[in-house]
Amino acid sequence: MDFDLTEEQRLLKDSVDRLLADRYDFDQRRSYQKAEEGWSREIWAQYAELGLLGLPFTEEQGGFGGGPVETMIVMEAFGRALALEPYLATVVLGGGALRHGGSAEQQARFIPAIVEGSHTLALAHTERQSRYDLFDVATTARRDGSAYVLDGEKGVVLQGDSADTILVTARTAGSRRDKDGIGLFLVDAKAAGLSRRGYPTQDGMRAAEISLQGVTVGPESVIGDPEGALPLVERIVDEGMAALCAEAVGAMHEMHALTVDYLKTRKQFGVTIGSFQVLQHRAVEMFVMLEQARSMAMLATMMVEEPDAAERARAIAAAKVQIGRSGRFVGQQAVQLHGGVGVTMEYKVGHYFKRATMIDTQFGDADHHLGRVAEAGSLIAA
Amino acid sequence: MDLRFTPEENAFREEVRAFFRNALPETIRHKMIMGHHPSKDDLVTWSRILNAKGWAVPHWPVEHGGTGWSPVQQYIFRDELQQAPAPEPLAFGVSMVGPVIYTFGSEEQKRRFLPRIANLDDWWCQGFSEPGSGSDLASLKTTAKRDGDTYVINGQKTWTTLAQHADWIFCLARTDMAAKKQEGISFILIDMKTPGITVRPIQTIDGGLEVNEVFFDDVRVPVENLVGQENKGWDYAKFLLGNERVGIARIGISKARLKRIRELASLERIGEVPLIQTPRFREKLAAVEIELKALEMTQLRVVAAESRRERGKPDPASSILKIKGSEIQQATTELLLEVVGPYALPYQEEPDEGWNEPPIGPDWAGAAAPTYFNWRKISIYGGSNEIQKNIIAKAILGL
Repeated sequence: MDFDLTEEQRLLKDSVDRLLADRYDFDQRRSYQKAEEGWSREIWAQYAELGLLGLPFTEEQGGFGGGPVETMIVMEAFGRALALEPYLATVVLGGGALRHGGSAEQQARFIPAIVEGSHTLALAHTERQSRYDLFDVATTARRDGSAYVLDGEKGVVLQGDSADTILVTARTAGSRRDKDGIGLFLVDAKAAGLSRRGYPTQDGMRAAEISLQGVTVGPESVIGDPEGALPLVERIVDEGMAALCAEAVGAMHEMHALTVDYLKTRKQFGVTIGSFQVLQHRAVEMFVMLEQARSMAMLATMMVEEPDAAERARAIAAAKVQIGRSGRFVGQQAVQLHGGVGVTMEYKVGHYFKRATMIDTQFGDADHHLGRVAEAGSLIAA
Repeated sequence: MDLRFTPEENAFREEVRAFFRNALPETIRHKMIMGHHPSKDDLVTWSRILNAKGWAVPHWPVEHGGTGWSPVQQYIFRDELQQAPAPEPLAFGVSMVGPVIYTFGSEEQKRRFLPRIANLDDWWCQGFSEPGSGSDLASLKTTAKRDGDTYVINGQKTWTTLAQHADWIFCLARTDMAAKKQEGISFILIDMKTPGITVRPIQTIDGGLEVNEVFFDDVRVPVENLVGQENKGWDYAKFLLGNERVGIARIGISKARLKRIRELASLERIGEVPLIQTPRFREKLAAVEIELKALEMTQLRVVAAESRRERGKPDPASSILKIKGSEIQQATTELLLEVVGPYALPYQEEPDEGWNEPPIGPDWAGAAAPTYFNWRKISIYGGSNEIQKNIIAKAILGL
């Protein structure tokens, strides 16, 4: 039982924090957002230089051999900065698919380019009807000789408008809600028959609707078992959720810090409003929710490498419930305690609120995961 | 960062669990599972079993009978004790006055009292709260006037838990009437057999007789029963209350209760469907389990940080443990009440030894409502949750 960071992890944290402190204040962020892709290539290159883009890959793969704790450190820092870059999509989700399911050839083809910052990925798993069910896949992948022909519509693909390669879940067998018969395919974003409609998201990032019409991909594009990729998808989404939990904690931490600062400086009735007990108690309730979320983000991080997939899924789902609930409470109260300025575009706190709110809708909200935890039986170890 | 328990810590958990399985008398275990109160004899029996094993006061310094366990081991021990479920050793002795005596008391006091606390030879109770002094404890009015070699105590204490069994009471009393309110208070140990002490029970809403009023009418106490220095009692009281918060999350108790609720919700049926299978109940239960899991991780963060902190300086984050711990314990009593359904209604005395009357309804139903009513106290005692929020606002947030 040890909650301390190692020396290397502390150095990682310091260098990420320093980079973001220098290069990612609120105005700088706004300027990055204005780029066509909605994020900064220059900052992305700096992430590459710091080694962040190679963090979870092994040294043989050209990476730095970091684990879930390293990802947690980076994502929490990104949450505090409201970073816009496609780290989750490229390194955590896309990288996760390659690490856990990719062939040696696929790893050699993609990982070095990811690590140096020249290639980005996006995971296209959601469809209009699927909501949060990863197995609900209507998009088809029809076998054609050794190739596959993909047809279907993918929605809300995070950073899908700028990604170079899209990882697409598609059905190779069975019917729409079967758990078997799902494949995961690497699809070149410029492939014939693939069209995308990019758009900004509520929280200032980017996503895309992606249409696949007779998109042909070769056998080298199949990640893992073409009829049995669901466990892989579940695994990478669990990792993605653990990373999102850390990002949410970063955002909540900042919201709480901004709120406490505001309570100490804003004066009304001739006193700082932090002298009012009703506001003190609200700030404490935010703190309790933040710390409970932090605890569960740590649990999720630890459970990423749990070999028992059901145990892993249950713990990470539980963390997502806590993150969703804490995020909503901390976000709403941060806005409330800031008063009018909390609902303006020009002030930071509302942007954190929006990010925390949208994190709840990614990969399943608190109710969705509460249902999963409830179905899985007791969370309390005997 | 590695949040798993080490193999040694897991082995320790097994050892502790095996001991509780074998050493806890079945009659006591049964009462605990049923949500009934262990008797005075039960607690004495159990404390002596623990003491014989050397585990009555594991958190004390080794020279006074502690085990020298790491904070993580202490946590595991408490967790397993609560999940056994076994009664916790009497907190007024082992967690409250004991640490005050070994930290601030005289050598004579240590020799005289500490071994008897560990063996529950002396039953202690706490004389802090007064009718006019609850959250504002420092406003207390009980006086201790020096008269030669004795203090003469006059005043009234209240909410004195289990004073009806007590041999001794540790009291805060005012020794300097002119000083500012925190500065004139002393910490005094009083033999409950001293003439002039009257104990009057206060019945709580569950029908239980746990708390009392204690009246002091010219009670003469030898000056050697003063702990530490005169007029420094407030410091000792703050130290004591800080210690009190450390174990207050009572996570093991909530674990045991949630396990029990899950069992009972499998027995209760709505038509043919066990309650546990109904989505609404199952999700309510899961929601509490998630909160408890989060609190357990928070507790472990506090425990891990404890090993690096100065002894006797409680982490202000332990206030979180009090707030969430009490909310979760209370939530478990609500769930149990819901599981029991209509048979929560009959009022039944707790069965005593040799009680032969059959229970009304299922035998586990009787304690559901009383426990729910009684456990409202948890967010009130030990510094109400509102006081805990004041503490966090000041000590952590700087408001």
